[in-house]
Amino acid sequence: MNEKNAEYLINRKDNQYEVVIGLEVHAQVLSKSKLFSSSSTKFGAEPNTQVSLVDAAFPGMLPVINEFCIKQAIKTGIGLNAKINKRSVFDRKNYFYADLPQGYQISQFKDPIVGEGKVILDMPNGQKEVGIERLHLEQDAGKSIHDLDPQNTFVDLNRSGVALMEIVSKPDLRSPDEVNAYIKKLRSIMRYLGTCDGNMQEGSLRADVNVSVRSKGSKEFGTRCEIKNVNSIKFMQMAIEYEANRQVDLIEEGKTIDQETRLFDTKKNETRSMRSKEDAHDYRYFPDPDLLPLEVSEKFIEELKNDIPELPDDKKKRFIEEFKLSPYEANILVSDIYTAKYFEEVVAKMGKNKDIKLAVNWITGELFAVLNSKGLEISQSPVSAKNFAILINLIKNGTISGKIAKTVFELMIDGDKDPQKIVEEKGLKQQSDPKALEALIDKIINDNREKAIEYKQGKEKLFGFFVGQAMKASGGKANPQLINEILKKKL
Amino acid sequence: MSDITKQSLTELVENIKNKKLSSTDVTKAFIQRSEKSSELNAYITEDFTSALDKAKKFDQNPNLDLKLPGIPMAVKDLFCTKNVKTTAGSKILNNFIPTYESTVTENIWNEGAVLLGKLNCDEFAMGSSNETSHFGNVQNPIDKNLVPGGSSGGSASAVAGQLTPITIGTDTGGSIRQPASFTGIVGLKPTYGSCSRYGIVAFASSLDQAGPMAQNVKDCALLQEVISTYDPKDSTSINFKRNHYSKELTKNIKGKKIGIPKEYRVDGMPQEIEDLWQKGIQYVKDCGAEPIDISLPHTSYALPTYYIVAPAEASSNLARYDGVKYGYRAKGENLIDMYEKTRSEGFGAEVQRRIMIGTYVLSSGYYDAYYLKAQKVRKLIKNDFDEVYKKVDAILTPSTPSSAFKIGEKTNDPVSMYLNDIFTVPVNLAGLPGISIPAGHDTKGYPLGLQIIGKAFDEQNILNIAFAMEEKIDFKNKITDWWIK
Repeated sequence: MNEKNAEYLINRKDNQYEVVIGLEVHAQVLSKSKLFSSSSTKFGAEPNTQVSLVDAAFPGMLPVINEFCIKQAIKTGIGLNAKINKRSVFDRKNYFYADLPQGYQISQFKDPIVGEGKVILDMPNGQKEVGIERLHLEQDAGKSIHDLDPQNTFVDLNRSGVALMEIVSKPDLRSPDEVNAYIKKLRSIMRYLGTCDGNMQEGSLRADVNVSVRSKGSKEFGTRCEIKNVNSIKFMQMAIEYEANRQVDLIEEGKTIDQETRLFDTKKNETRSMRSKEDAHDYRYFPDPDLLPLEVSEKFIEELKNDIPELPDDKKKRFIEEFKLSPYEANILVSDIYTAKYFEEVVAKMGKNKDIKLAVNWITGELFAVLNSKGLEISQSPVSAKNFAILINLIKNGTISGKIAKTVFELMIDGDKDPQKIVEEKGLKQQSDPKALEALIDKIINDNREKAIEYKQGKEKLFGFFVGQAMKASGGKANPQLINEILKKKL
Repeated sequence: MSDITKQSLTELVENIKNKKLSSTDVTKAFIQRSEKSSELNAYITEDFTSALDKAKKFDQNPNLDLKLPGIPMAVKDLFCTKNVKTTAGSKILNNFIPTYESTVTENIWNEGAVLLGKLNCDEFAMGSSNETSHFGNVQNPIDKNLVPGGSSGGSASAVAGQLTPITIGTDTGGSIRQPASFTGIVGLKPTYGSCSRYGIVAFASSLDQAGPMAQNVKDCALLQEVISTYDPKDSTSINFKRNHYSKELTKNIKGKKIGIPKEYRVDGMPQEIEDLWQKGIQYVKDCGAEPIDISLPHTSYALPTYYIVAPAEASSNLARYDGVKYGYRAKGENLIDMYEKTRSEGFGAEVQRRIMIGTYVLSSGYYDAYYLKAQKVRKLIKNDFDEVYKKVDAILTPSTPSSAFKIGEKTNDPVSMYLNDIFTVPVNLAGLPGISIPAGHDTKGYPLGLQIIGKAFDEQNILNIAFAMEEKIDFKNKITDWWIK
């Protein structure tokens, strides 16, 4: 399916290299309370105000599974077309750090809650399937703050115990663009499901990026390096680009690549070695004896399946079939659940005689521009779907021209005004009375006799001049189609 | 009433309910005796003033419907008690005051009991002689310089020495039953999941279980009735129908089949233990029950299995004592240095040994050979019990392979120390209930115990058997009050 020119390859004198990427995405489960305690997960609270005795690992405190988080993980698994494991086990991952109060992280090692699945990416040169290896639940750690005091490190345990889903992809990604599409698709699916808000600024979505390179056409994998904890798509792409080139340079110099964990320095745009394989922690995983194996019934899973909304892939298919949208248009509308919701509401409110293409153009054009310039999400749109639909209908039924509609739209933004009222109050209704327009055009031809003759002699460009004059004379309200027709007749 | 402290729990409850005694009378009596008994070193923290206040408060408006009305009680210092220092016998927690209460102790106070203080124990319950406590040895009331057993050594000593009418201990590999046996009292390790572990300083999560230690079986049954509740705060707590153990207690055990496992006749076991066991079998017959020879073929693997599983879990459970959040913190050059100094100075030698063993058996490359193998053997041990319980109702064994030993006798020989738990450990590995009752004396006059092991959730049955045998045995503990000047 790949076209030659769309492949992401790294070229050196005689060699071409392919980049192989696998991602471990850490997605914060959207839930009010933590994975094993009832503390709040709200972002941005004062340090250490959302910490229970369990989160701070006081003696004798025990974890109790938050059933809601389990449901969220299973729903995500269903969204990833993945196998849901009816039996999964929570393990302890043991290591010491100041912001890890228990001295271990509760995670799932051998028996994750979700097994193999897949996601489909829409790339410019066609669709691409990316395999999901597994999804498991684990606790987040707290936060060490090193820059508040020259001598001491401060610890904030608000995040300690927050539920994360680690979604591990197969090494199926081949370029920074595919990584971009993959992350966006994961985020889109989880936002549809309401299982993760996907907010990268707040750290709700982070990834460890595994990168290796190999000669083009090779079937063997190269030695991989893991770039830890990258928290934006842009940084992921930059890190991959840097890291892949670094590895290629090593190979070109005849050196070997060490399997290691690296950090991405966003300021210098480079990856740096953090620890080698030899220094890798021995996490001494073992099943957490404080928790019994997690068992879920077929019925439990089925009930969650019934709770799954239409997901982006299905919605896209339906938009193409039902609304005759192009795949490109459908993609834009479905990628974000709130855009899709807005669009569907507009379609519903437009009623019988609707122009869906026009609505799509206006959403992706004018509406997106306004949202962009104001830095708003579509869910915060200053123009409601209802009024937006009325506006599109006003254009569609010829009440106003597209140009006037832009003026009306500008006026709607302030306080979500009814476009019908704006048109009436401002007298912006389109002039579609042929007699009145004929009189208007007669006057213009009379006033511009010479140009009319030039036009007749073949200077066709001048047609635009007459249209412009007619629109100007009507205050922009004349029906442009009628103007065209009348002008053609009269000239 | 000068003999208040000699009374059993059941008698004290009766006397308080009949208003022959007040909570204040009883509490004062135990405080006075405790104060005269400092030589036993049974307490880590005394909370006497507060206890007396609570007793007086109880007497002002006594609720005599409660199961433990105004009864003073000291508890093992492994149970977190709100606003009362809880050390787990360790330096690393020697300044730790919980803001919360363990479920088991909460249940006890809810039934009207008042806290006397916190009892000494081996550090993090790791020990069989109470010699690993940061707060020093505990003396056995039976004889000077004799260990009371462990890890609930302070608890056993306090009950046998009548410093508290009853107490609770915890049992991970024998820590209730072995000291009960060494001090001539009754100790019950309930089924795993019977008593909540919430608020108990963890040693080995899959084995730890709280239980009562008492002067007699009836008292033991009453306290078990109080402490055993389903607790959603402990994911391993089990919601099963719990008996009214003291009310349903009966000596009628006619026709019960009692298994006698041949594998418990270990090499080098003293003749007096064998004799005791034979006497026990005779008592069983005297009660109308039927002894049956059985086999638990994997018994000899229990101890090595235990000494892999328990340290593995402990090494992880004790990782939280790092000097960061609470407890002892040593000064360090950096985080790692602080960790190393805190844990080297804060933990004693036995705890460090077990953390090392546990870390080793879980480490990559050794996990399969040790931890995973141990888990498999653990399953086989459990299967042994499941198999014999198709034929018998309970099992009778000695509680320990010897009577109490002298302080210092085994401190330099950990393996010989570990062998103390040889009869008790399989019960924890299988998650079953086991009770130790005093059944006789050795030639030195030291008490010896017999253990009755039951089916899971069958505490009532082993309490009944113990109750019936107790009458036949008619054991009298030889307490001379040697420590009181």
